[in-house]
Amino acid sequence: MDERTKLLEKYSSRVYKNRKEHVIQLENITDQTITANTRAIPGSMTARGCCYAGCKGVVVGPLRDVLVITHGPIGCGFYSWGTRRNKAKAGEDGKNFIPYCFSTDMQESDIVFGGEKKLEKALDEAVEIFHPACIMICSTCPIGLIGDDVQAVAKRTEEKYGITTIGYSCEGYKGVSQSAGHHIANNGLMKYIVGTGDQKPKAKYSVNILGEYNIGGDGWEEERILKRIGYEVVSVFTGDGAYSTIRNSHLADLNLVMCHRSINYIAEMMKTKYGIDWLKVNFIGVGATCKSLRDMAKYFGDPELIARTEEVIQDELASIYDDMEYYKSKLKGKTAGIFVGGSRAHHYQLLLKDLGVETIIAGYEFAHRDDYEGRQVIPFIKEDADNKNIETITVSPDEKLYRERYTPEKLEELRQEIEIDTYDGMIPDMNPGHVVVDDYNYFETDELIKIMKPDIFFSGIKDKYTILKGGTASRQMHSYDYSGPYSGFRGAVLFAKDVTMSLYTNAWAYVTPPWKNTPMLTGTLTENA
Amino acid sequence: MLDLTPKEVAERKALRINPCKTCQPVGAMYCALGVHKCMPHSHGSQGCCSYHRTVLSRHFKEPAIASSSSFTEGASVFGGRSNINTSVKNVFDLYDPDIMAVHTTCLSETIGDDLTSYIMDMDLPEGKYVVHTNTPSYVGSHINGFYNMMMGFMSYLTKKTGTSNGKAAIFPGWVNPGDTRELKRIAELMKVPYIMFPDHSGVMDAPMTGKYEYYPKGGTTIPEIEALGDCDHVFGLGDIISVEPVEFMEKKYKVPGTLLPMPVGVAATDAFIMALREFSKTEIPYALEEERGQLVDLLLDCTQYSYQKKAAIFGDPDIIIGMTALALEMGMIPKYVITGTPKEEFTRKVKAMLEAYGVEDCIVKANADLFELHQWIKNEPVDVLIGSSYGKQIAKAEDIPFVRAGFPVLDRYGGPLMPTVGYRGAIRYVEKIINALMDRIDRDSADEDFDVVM
Repeated sequence: MDERTKLLEKYSSRVYKNRKEHVIQLENITDQTITANTRAIPGSMTARGCCYAGCKGVVVGPLRDVLVITHGPIGCGFYSWGTRRNKAKAGEDGKNFIPYCFSTDMQESDIVFGGEKKLEKALDEAVEIFHPACIMICSTCPIGLIGDDVQAVAKRTEEKYGITTIGYSCEGYKGVSQSAGHHIANNGLMKYIVGTGDQKPKAKYSVNILGEYNIGGDGWEEERILKRIGYEVVSVFTGDGAYSTIRNSHLADLNLVMCHRSINYIAEMMKTKYGIDWLKVNFIGVGATCKSLRDMAKYFGDPELIARTEEVIQDELASIYDDMEYYKSKLKGKTAGIFVGGSRAHHYQLLLKDLGVETIIAGYEFAHRDDYEGRQVIPFIKEDADNKNIETITVSPDEKLYRERYTPEKLEELRQEIEIDTYDGMIPDMNPGHVVVDDYNYFETDELIKIMKPDIFFSGIKDKYTILKGGTASRQMHSYDYSGPYSGFRGAVLFAKDVTMSLYTNAWAYVTPPWKNTPMLTGTLTENA
Repeated sequence: MLDLTPKEVAERKALRINPCKTCQPVGAMYCALGVHKCMPHSHGSQGCCSYHRTVLSRHFKEPAIASSSSFTEGASVFGGRSNINTSVKNVFDLYDPDIMAVHTTCLSETIGDDLTSYIMDMDLPEGKYVVHTNTPSYVGSHINGFYNMMMGFMSYLTKKTGTSNGKAAIFPGWVNPGDTRELKRIAELMKVPYIMFPDHSGVMDAPMTGKYEYYPKGGTTIPEIEALGDCDHVFGLGDIISVEPVEFMEKKYKVPGTLLPMPVGVAATDAFIMALREFSKTEIPYALEEERGQLVDLLLDCTQYSYQKKAAIFGDPDIIIGMTALALEMGMIPKYVITGTPKEEFTRKVKAMLEAYGVEDCIVKANADLFELHQWIKNEPVDVLIGSSYGKQIAKAEDIPFVRAGFPVLDRYGGPLMPTVGYRGAIRYVEKIINALMDRIDRDSADEDFDVVM
């Protein structure tokens, strides 16, 4: 019996029918399909969060110069306050709103009589105290139900103060996971911010980094490397990102897409509207980072840039060589499981591979089929009522600013070598026998670890202590356990060190008390016996 | 850090900045985790459940399991009956608890889901229970959610047979498992047979064994909750959080109750022990008297460093009333005392304590937030800040020694294993506060003033 069967046979027929489409064991890598982005089963203890978490928590929360206010009761704002480790430093304007939590803290009377007035008043107070350049309003569950019109409040505030104000209807119940919130946030950024600036990049080659949230400082390590090569980073969506830079993002030469799941909408829309190509990159893993840098150089096709890229790669590799060799010697042959997000379960497999660790279980919390199987499946994805409720905006080429770097023929040629305007998904990087799980739940996490016995399991805080208690090393892949960066070259070394520490820490030796394995000697000694 | 916080205090009527409270459902979830083999269940969008589990796991560094009704847009329009029914089936199938404790969210409350009738109509597996409480996030705070869930359990389960079981019910309020362990130790020393409800010891401080189980050994059992109605007396600790559960016991089961402050510091612990003495008619054992003596000895020894030092104290009402009492016992001035929970009783109680000690010019406020606390500190600084992890931002911004207390403490380890209550808890906190103050003296001393001896 294979591992998947062992897991699924524990389900009732009703649940089995649903979950068998979401759990696959790889046989033939090229034509296996998975069901994703459908409703979680109530009571399954899914790891998923909600639409608000995707919009406020993931995409717009990290914007350092934007005053993001949660419109709703206090909880949602509280839980998304400083809990994701998306780092930021104030820019020239001195504004960094990341350590703050703003909420309308709605009370019963606001629910009964409507909360628009309170929201408007709260925005007046926020403007008076903070004078932000941009405000975003994120709605929680009751807002849509009581009919507060946050877009109208945003419009009035914008007119009153001349401050860009965006209202997001990202109520928690929308869609089936955080993913709906990513989409809603993307739409707002595209509609109201991208394209509103006119500050042109200065360097010969400039890029935006999309879908990089600067957890543990990942984005800063990426920027360090890109700047060394000579690229200008115009804007980052959205880790340590800013309203002031995203306004100019349409003037960059190329969009780099880290987390395809949360940001591909903007990448696509910028392609349509401004003609900017996007390149799927992955700066998690030494090999993956080198490949991404080389792909970028190939895209621009400038011999000087290609040479400089190679020079930087060689120098960076040399600087981490000894450390990586040491950690490889500690980690080679280990196995891992990884359940996280909508891109990291793929990205980290490549870093683990660098270290000689094989990922035997991988799963996404809120991915779509294309994140598993590649973008070529998009036309075949069935729409359902839950996704249809999420607005899809259409953009058309901008008369003044649309420009294509390459002809379609040249792009097709490039596509033979690099992932331009496309993404191949996670499954092609995995091997037969590996188990892939969509919308993993607590039961499956616990069972699969028991069945497949990986040496280390990467997941979130909700699973971390469960996994540890079961005797398996575990690290948080959402927040990096107060560590990071894990990206690029230096990040790879830090990750390797953290994984090694988790596996080899001395305390593992004490899990079983000595009296469990040593029988107590009883009886009496007698002479001449 | 917090560079955008101005010194000038502008009046705010609508904008909450840096809250000192969270919403009801997480309180209900925490309460339910203190019941043995119980699965807390969040009836709403799955984001709520994820957020609550996350904050609880981060505070306790333990698994915090709970399930969700996973509302979609359809359920929000048509009601969540089928979601809760499916949830209950799946939870009993997959996770096999003895009981599910359902709490509502702002979503299910706003659409008016009638859980009483949903649960009544359920076909439950033999010997399994589903109980519920209403926890609208837009009323009160997580503190309300905690005691509402207690009353939810009692409404469904507690019986009065008419025959006394000779026990005292002890409601510990929102405390760490290290506290319930200490309260139980004290009750045992006082020869008081008791039912602790809820009881997070053995659940949220479970040992490492190499074998994970959904339901660790601890927690109040269902028979214990049933038996609460036959108790001779109920002691409600935390005279904000336990008011309603104690009244509930008095009115519904005619169990006489005593409401006591959370036993933090000398006087509040004395009051608790005297109340237990009254119940068990047992002389105070030397072990407790000795601990008390050690605490008072410590207070006298270190008074030089605490006397007239100003503290800002923030957090949940009962622990903050306790910390304020301890600060006063140490001779400190509780310059600012706030809670985010909207309970005016908090203000009255703290002000009464200040008056009793003759301390003036302090600001006490309920329904307050950390932004205004920070602004006050900018205008008139304090020597030490005491409260949850979110205080670390203010402590860094203003360079103030910081002592973590209450909930949530997300950024340190080991705290939930240790007591805050009882004489031992007070000894622990006196040490923490004094060391924070003295570390600061050492850090700021010139070389010639840097002393090795005290």
